[in-house]
Amino acid sequence: MRLVRFLPAVLVLAVALLPLAVPWLKIILTVALAKGLAVLGVVVLLRAGQVSFGHAMFFAASAYSAAFLMQGFGGMDLAVLLLAGTVCSGAMGAVIGLFVVRYRYIFFGMLNLAFSMVLYALLEKMFHVTGGSDGMAVGRPTYFGFELARTAFETALFYTSLVLAGAACWCVHRFLRSPLGEALSAIRTNETRLEYLGISARRVLLIAYVLSAALAGLGGTVIAVNQGVVTPDLGYWIRSGEFVFIAILGGAGNVLGAFAGALVYELVRFYAAAMAADVWQMILGFVLLGIILFASRGFVGLYQDLVAVAAPGRPGRERGRKR
Amino acid sequence: MSATLLEARNLCISFGGVQAADGIDLDVRDGERLAIIGPNGAGKTTFLNICTGYLTPAAGSVRFRGHDITALAPRTITRMGIARAFQSPQLFHEQCVIDNLLLAAAARERAWNPFRPLRERPERDEMVALLELFGLAEYAASMVDELPEGTRKLIDIAVALALRPQLLLMDEPTSGVSSLEKFRIMDLLVNALAVQGVTSVFVEHDMEMVERYADRVAVWSSGRIQSVGPPDQVLTDPAVMRDVIGV
Ligand SMILES: Nc1ncnc2c1ncn2[C@@H]1O[C@H](COP(=O)(O)OP(=O)(O)OP(=O)(O)O)[C@@H](O)[C@H]1O
Ligand SMILES: [Mg+2]
Repeated sequence: MRLVRFLPAVLVLAVALLPLAVPWLKIILTVALAKGLAVLGVVVLLRAGQVSFGHAMFFAASAYSAAFLMQGFGGMDLAVLLLAGTVCSGAMGAVIGLFVVRYRYIFFGMLNLAFSMVLYALLEKMFHVTGGSDGMAVGRPTYFGFELARTAFETALFYTSLVLAGAACWCVHRFLRSPLGEALSAIRTNETRLEYLGISARRVLLIAYVLSAALAGLGGTVIAVNQGVVTPDLGYWIRSGEFVFIAILGGAGNVLGAFAGALVYELVRFYAAAMAADVWQMILGFVLLGIILFASRGFVGLYQDLVAVAAPGRPGRERGRKR
Repeated sequence: MSATLLEARNLCISFGGVQAADGIDLDVRDGERLAIIGPNGAGKTTFLNICTGYLTPAAGSVRFRGHDITALAPRTITRMGIARAFQSPQLFHEQCVIDNLLLAAAARERAWNPFRPLRERPERDEMVALLELFGLAEYAASMVDELPEGTRKLIDIAVALALRPQLLLMDEPTSGVSSLEKFRIMDLLVNALAVQGVTSVFVEHDMEMVERYADRVAVWSSGRIQSVGPPDQVLTDPAVMRDVIGV
């Protein structure tokens, strides 16, 4: 059963080819990738044992920055929007991070929630600037200099998101294994020793927080241009909760978990909403219950167990690391 | 006479009526091994906590190589060259032994390249050699929480030494091991300190250990230093024998 080892590669290929077979799926898949980027941000913080219940604020901030740029300049290039959205969220993360990295656990989570509620309220109440709860339309940007028609743009956006997701996975994977990333997980296990190594736990967490905000920002820009409209709902606390939900579903032990979780979540949501409109949330609830009770390491953990069963005696990938 | 490395003056701190430090004056000389003895609750750990910035004293000051470090944070003091091993080992229990050491080495080198894995750090051989000094190289890949307390205490010391400090503070380094093993382990430890040329302070309950391994000994009693000097003098002092050793 060597084949099991290639499962991730096969899945990535399947996702990449799916829109060719089922064109209308690419919108949903792009949404999943955008959310996956934000979830990856949540996963970074989970490494330090911290759960943010407000991360959608960074998602919304960059989505609105895309809307403002498009409106202000009467059009813009996707590359600029992506860059601006990421930088904007990262900068916001640096400022908010200065406050939240002083706290841990429930206080950390709630402080993030509080900040996100402030942003949500601002977006909703500043009607003449943000369009209130109706939000703002986001036109179609040029694609690296090219004017694309709608379908072509959607396809291009999907593949761009896929590449961005891959690049983000690689970067975060490397980051988590670097001394900084190991120091980040040391915040969860022994902050006292970390300080006694001469490392500032707050500074490490701040760097991770900025990274995680920037990742959410990258996803936010993608979702803004994918939907063509931004509303305050993008920053609502339910959305933040959704990111945490997906992170647990996919498994926080590996960067691919964020995207595996997001894809399953979006597909289940889409089909369940179409076929069982009244009970889809219940279905998702039961899936999460099952994951927490029987496979607390999420889809990634399930996959790793599968590999272990298929090739017994082989050292796992996560050797020397337990979670 | 050698230079003073650490200089504590008139340190005072109390916890709800308990005077854990009540005018502590102590010099640690460059190159020496200084033992601290005293009954439970005398304030020995409190002294280490103040010297490393974990506690701020109500009065008094600590100077390290002439710099006032009294109100500095533990991480700042650590970077200046004081490392610490704890009474109960403080390690990253979800990481393996070598990763614990490598993180200390990376902190020492301020190596924060976010794309370079910790496990590929060039200090790896150096860290393995450090483990070998303690006879622990075989545990390099073991998870910390699978090891017995005595081994974890040694690893805690190795982590502190990985920082290449000038001064190492240890809180009962051999408390987790059997009395039969104590001397063997202390020999290893003293050798490791000599290899790096580290000055050390260690809290110890066993008088035999103090006699054998300390250059000087300071006797703690209710937040005060009752006497300080070479072990052969201090440990035969009748007052010390009565109050501390209990004979
Ligand atoms: N952070 C603290 N808060 C409250 N009381 C404390 C604190 N640290 C120490 N104490 C008290 O101060 C006194 C001295 O404690 P300390 O831990 O320094 O003793 P010790 O000499 O190290 O004892 P042992 O040999 O048991 O380790 C004790 O009465 C202890 O209860
Ligand atoms: Mg003590």
